[in-house]
Amino acid sequence: MTEHNVRNFNINFGPQHPAAHGVLRLVLELDGEIVERVDPHIGLLHRGTEKLIEAKTYLQAVPYFDRLDYVAPMNQEHAFALAVEKLLNIQIPIRGQLIRVLYSEIGRILSHLLNVTTQAMDVGALTPPLWGFEEREKLMVFYERASGARMHAAYFRPGGVHQDLPHELVEDIGKWCDEFPAKLDDIDELLTGNRIFKQRNVDIGVVKLEDCWAWGFSGVMVRGSGAAWDLRRSQPYECYSELDFDIPIGKNGDCYDRYLIRMIEMREACKIMKQCVNRLLSDAKTGPFSSTDGKVVPPKRGEMKRSMEALIHHFKLYTEGYHVPAGEVYAAVEAPKGEFGVFLVADGTNKPYRCKIRAPGYAHLQAMDFICRGHQLADVSAVLGSLDIVFGEVDR
Amino acid sequence: MSEALNELSIYIREARPALVQDAVLAYGELTLTTSGENLIPLLTFLRDDVQCAFVSFIDICGVDYPAREKRFDVVYHLLSPRQNLRIRVKVATAEDEPVPSACAVYPGADWFEREAWDMYGIMFTGHPDLRRILTDYGFEGHPLRKDFPTTGFVEVRYDDNAKRVVYEPVELRQEFRNFDFLSPWEGTDYVLPGDEKAKA
Repeated sequence: MTEHNVRNFNINFGPQHPAAHGVLRLVLELDGEIVERVDPHIGLLHRGTEKLIEAKTYLQAVPYFDRLDYVAPMNQEHAFALAVEKLLNIQIPIRGQLIRVLYSEIGRILSHLLNVTTQAMDVGALTPPLWGFEEREKLMVFYERASGARMHAAYFRPGGVHQDLPHELVEDIGKWCDEFPAKLDDIDELLTGNRIFKQRNVDIGVVKLEDCWAWGFSGVMVRGSGAAWDLRRSQPYECYSELDFDIPIGKNGDCYDRYLIRMIEMREACKIMKQCVNRLLSDAKTGPFSSTDGKVVPPKRGEMKRSMEALIHHFKLYTEGYHVPAGEVYAAVEAPKGEFGVFLVADGTNKPYRCKIRAPGYAHLQAMDFICRGHQLADVSAVLGSLDIVFGEVDR
Repeated sequence: MSEALNELSIYIREARPALVQDAVLAYGELTLTTSGENLIPLLTFLRDDVQCAFVSFIDICGVDYPAREKRFDVVYHLLSPRQNLRIRVKVATAEDEPVPSACAVYPGADWFEREAWDMYGIMFTGHPDLRRILTDYGFEGHPLRKDFPTTGFVEVRYDDNAKRVVYEPVELRQEFRNFDFLSPWEGTDYVLPGDEKAKA
């Protein structure tokens, strides 16, 4: 073959590739096995969430957030609830805060379990997903017992949470927390020292810390590169400042470090959950679980049967909704995948004027070209796995 | 945190008085307003100055105010991990007035600017590859503008005869409903049916 016949090769990775984690189309330019350029084509799952939210009341906007990162639904609702609460200036009682933290950490474990195990599947291991999904199933039952839905919970609402948790449920979550570390040990034993898993992940997709910041990375991606940065600690919301947990950080910024951080974060999340369970069964056993401001939080059924005022509130809140004073706020939570932020512009009516959703996966995925350039083709799926992409939030 | 932001706001205005038009502290968040030509120097200053160190890029988004002469706001969110502070920078721009791209300052701005272009039609000069990103291949219009209908203009289906996907004008079985929730007792700007008789 003469020199001028040698040309780069273009391939399409996805949208139906099992390692594309949903509907990602990557246009890869290859020089032999080496990736020269990555062009992610996204938007195949674009549903116009931000546009739809502009046409809904604040309460009606909540369920859209479940459908963003559908692996950890409640963490997204949390950011929206915090933004609305900031504008309305309402405080959440401690029981409500503990329930929120408890379910946020369940969401974190849900997301990390899926990510760690499917990343293992991307590089060739089939057992971890089977074990991980068994635990996810149990966690989804906890979601269902709290909100009635396994995934699309609409449970964190501006003002608090929708319903109180029964004590039996809290006790069951406590029991699960005792059993879970052993299950995690099993997965740990399968993967952490595994020769193939290490060959595929160590020193792959290395990102330096200054690049992480400039590319807008957050969450595990910056912690993997050595920054002790976690919004739960550095800009605490809810009652995270009262809880005891550690922030794991990596040294090398490669896929393997990010995997290790996710494993440790699951154990830490379990520790946080245990503390919440203990408090929900002791000092916060009773008491309100959402704000008592009747102009924002709808009354309970029983109250409605007796009080005319409660009945009027219920009617008004479920038709017109509440009016939010004009202003602009940005509220962010440490979602499992990184900083999930909501930029909310209110114009004083009952509907958001603009609701920008800042998804961590969007910033991570755009750096695919930057991270993958010069890597082997087979490393693309390992990098993609460790970026923790879920298309619900990337495409919105 | 508000105190630190207040100090920061005074510091920025003293250090770069020409770059900042306005600085507002509301809801514990600092918003700087600047103009298109001062945007890149301001972002560079915020990134490189030791007392600011806004090295982490968070978000760019557009906001549409159709009634204004310069109808769009481009909103930048930055984070300073060292100072543990957030900042918001706003630039107002018109439909035909491009904004300089922040890609050279923050490489992560790339897709966020593409999204703002896709959703609002805000142009960015100096962007390496300003293509649409979230909407369909061949999509027309900018869907997040306030004058773009929520239902859109075209719908898509698979045509079994043509053996391909076809686009057709959207046909609604029911008109898209936009309820008027404002109470008639709270200052509406229209006349309630029947009220015109009261005056006669």
